[in-house]
Amino acid sequence: MVASTSALRDGAVRPSREDPNSRVGRSSRASIARFLPVVPSILLLALFMAGPVIWSITISFTNTALTGREAKDPSWVGFENYTRLLQDPGFPISVWLTVVFVIASAVIGQNALGLAIALLLGRVTRATRAIVTTIVVGAWVLPEIVAAFAAYAYFADDGTLNQLLAGIGIDGANWLYEFPMLAVILANIWRGTAFSMMVYEAALNDVPPEITEAAVIDGAGGLKRLVWVTIPMIRGSIATNLMLITLQTLAVFTLIWVMTKGGPGISSTTLPILAYQEAFKFQEIGYGSAIAVVMILIGAVFSVLYLRTIRPGRDA
Amino acid sequence: MRFSRVLAGVATVSAAALAFAGCSPAADESKTITVVYQKTDGFVALDELFQKVKPEFEAANPGITVELEPIVADEGDYATKLALMQQSAETAPDVFYEDTFRVRSDVDAGYLLNLDEYLAEWEDWEQFNDGAKEAGRADDGSVYAVPLGTDTRGIWYSKSVLEAAGVPLPWEPKSWEEILETARAVKAASPDKVAFNVYSGKPAGEGSVMQGFGMLMYGTDDTLYDAEDQKWVTGSQGFVDSLAFIETLYGEGLAPAPDVALDGSMWQKLFGEWFPGGQIAGTIEGSWSPSFWKQDGSYEWPEYVDDIGVAAFPTQNGQGDGAVSLSGGWTLAVGAQSQNPDASFDFLAMALDRENALEYNIANSQIAVRADVAEDPAYLEANPFIGFFTDLVSVTHFRPATADYPQISAEIQAATEAVMTGQMSPEEAAAAYDDAVIGIVGDENVTQ
Repeated sequence: MVASTSALRDGAVRPSREDPNSRVGRSSRASIARFLPVVPSILLLALFMAGPVIWSITISFTNTALTGREAKDPSWVGFENYTRLLQDPGFPISVWLTVVFVIASAVIGQNALGLAIALLLGRVTRATRAIVTTIVVGAWVLPEIVAAFAAYAYFADDGTLNQLLAGIGIDGANWLYEFPMLAVILANIWRGTAFSMMVYEAALNDVPPEITEAAVIDGAGGLKRLVWVTIPMIRGSIATNLMLITLQTLAVFTLIWVMTKGGPGISSTTLPILAYQEAFKFQEIGYGSAIAVVMILIGAVFSVLYLRTIRPGRDA
Repeated sequence: MRFSRVLAGVATVSAAALAFAGCSPAADESKTITVVYQKTDGFVALDELFQKVKPEFEAANPGITVELEPIVADEGDYATKLALMQQSAETAPDVFYEDTFRVRSDVDAGYLLNLDEYLAEWEDWEQFNDGAKEAGRADDGSVYAVPLGTDTRGIWYSKSVLEAAGVPLPWEPKSWEEILETARAVKAASPDKVAFNVYSGKPAGEGSVMQGFGMLMYGTDDTLYDAEDQKWVTGSQGFVDSLAFIETLYGEGLAPAPDVALDGSMWQKLFGEWFPGGQIAGTIEGSWSPSFWKQDGSYEWPEYVDDIGVAAFPTQNGQGDGAVSLSGGWTLAVGAQSQNPDASFDFLAMALDRENALEYNIANSQIAVRADVAEDPAYLEANPFIGFFTDLVSVTHFRPATADYPQISAEIQAATEAVMTGQMSPEEAAAAYDDAVIGIVGDENVTQ
C-alpha cells in the first residue's frame, strides 16, 4: 500500500521519466524553460534568506562585537561561543522557557482553540459566525507592535484586566511581574488563534459531507466523528498549521519585549530575547548569533517531528 | 512570448535596482555633514543647541549643509543604533554625541577620529579643565572627544515628605544604615510612598550603575577596578555589601516596587509625578535634575526650589571622605570615516564655544567644564543647587576608563536586577558577576 501510493505520486510528478517515447532533448529544454520563471525568486531567496542564515552561522564562530577591539578586527574563535553558551546558567532556563512558550501558546493554545472555534463556527448562524470571526481576526490583523501594546495595557498592574477584576471586587495580581510567562502565553494565544482558525475552517469545508453522513448512519456520535473522521481527514492541514505556528511562535520577539522585556530578571527571556540582549545590549554580535543558530536548530527539530509523525502519505 | 516578457521584467527590475544603488550621493558627500545625537521627550537641550548652531554654521561655511539626525531612544538603544550606523561608511555620522564611558571602547573599534591636530590649533581648548581633557583621551594618549559638560550625583529629597515622617531637616545621612533608618521611618509613616530609590536593573541601563550600584560600591573599602595594576577586582566584600543594600531596599519595599523599577521609563515618573506629587522621599540622582523642573523643562515644577533638599551620598560607614559621588558626562566626537573632517571639527568647535556651552550647560543643568563658563554669573545663578553639585567634584569618582567597561557595566546591571527581584542572593549575584568579568577580560586581567 505504501509503495503503490508513493509510486503513484512520483509518477504524477514526473511522468516524462517513465515515458519511453519522450525525446530527451525536448524534455530537458522544456524543463529548463519551466525552471526559468522561478530563477528570480530563487535568487531572491538565496540573497535574502540563505544569505543572512549563512552569515549568522559564520559570525557565530567569531568574536564580532559592536564596540571595542573585536569590532575592528574580529577573529575566528571556533566553538568558543557555543561552549560559553552551554556553560551559561541562563541558557537552559531560556531554552526551557522557549519550549514552554511554543508548546503552551502555539501547539496547545492557538492550535486547539483555533480548531475548536472552527468546528463550532460550522454549527452557528451566519450572523454569529461573522461577529466571532471579526473579533478573532481582529487580533490577527493588528500590527505586532500594536497588539503587543494592547496586551501590555491589558495585563499591566493598573491595566484593563485588573480594573475589570476590581469591578467585581477581586484584587488582581501584577500579571506581568508575578506571572510573566502566563501573560505572554495568553497574549500570544489571543494574537495568533485567528490563523489556526482560518486554516481549519478551510480544511473543514473540504471534508466531504457524505463521509460525515455515513459516519452518522453508522451510529458515530459527535466525539467519535471528530476523532475518527474529521481529524484524520484534515491531518495534512494540522501538520502544516502546526509547523507554521510553531516556527512563528519560536520567533516571537516584539510581543514579549514590549510586555516584559524578558523580565523580571530572566523569567520570560526566551531565546529570541536572549539573542537580542547578547547581540545588541551586551553588543556581542558573535555570541548573539550563536544563540540564533541554536534557535534554527530547535525550529528544525520541531519541523522534522511534524513531517515525520503527522504528514499524510507516510503511513496512510 | 511569455518568457521574453518575464525576462524583460527581470531586466527592468535589475536595472531599477542598479540605478537605485547608484543614487547614493557620492559626489556631494563632503558638502554635507551629518550630526547624530540622542533626543527624548525629557532631553531636548542638545537638539535645541544644534538647531541653533546649524544655521549659524551654514552661514559661516557657504556650500556646506548640516543634516541633523536625532535618534529618539534611551541611552542603551541610542548606543546600539549609533554602533550599527558606524558599521558602514555610507551611514557613519560625521559628528556624534558620545557618552564618555564609551569613548575608549569605541576608539578601539575605530569609530572616532583622532582630534590632536585640531585641538592644538583650537584656542578654546585651554579653557577646558583637566578632567574634561582626560575624558576624551584614549589608551594611546590622544584625545578623541570633547566634553559638553559633566555631572555629579547625590541625594535629592522631598522636604515635605521627610517632615511628615518626622525626620529632622536638613537630612544629612552619614552612613548607609542612616539612609535605611530614615527610609523605614518614611515607610512606617506613609506605606504607599516610595521611601528611597536607588536605580537598579537592566532597563535603567547605565543609570543603574551611575545613580545606583556605583554610588554604593565606591563608598566601600573595595573598588571595582584597580587602576594601578589595571586589573578588575573580583570576590570583594564591598561588591556583596553593595548588592545587599539594594536587596534590603527592595526586599523591605522601601524602594519602588520591582515591577515599576524595571520599567525603563521610571525616571520620568520620578521627576514628573513622584516628586511634584509628594510620593517619594528621596533618591540618588544627578546634578541635572533641575533641568526637568525648571521653567520650560519637561516636567515644569516651579516649587522644586523650596520643596527639594539635597545631600551628599554617604560612604558605607562614613569612612574616608564621608561622601561619594560619580561623574560622567557626554562628549561630541568626529567620525573616523567622515568625508569632511575639517568642517566636522569646525561644527563641533562652534557647538562648544563659550556662548553655546554656557547656554547648553544652563539648559541641561550640566556642571560646566569650561573655565569661562563656570565663572559666568548666568551659570552660577541658573539653579539653586548648582554650587552644591559643583563642590561634589572634590569627592567624585570616574568610571574605570577601559574599553571593556561597557560590557562589564551591563553585567553589573544584570547583577542588580537579579538581587532586586530576589532571583539571586547578593553572594550568588556577585559570583555570577565574577564569572562574567573573567569571561570578558580574561583570567590575567582580574585580581582578588
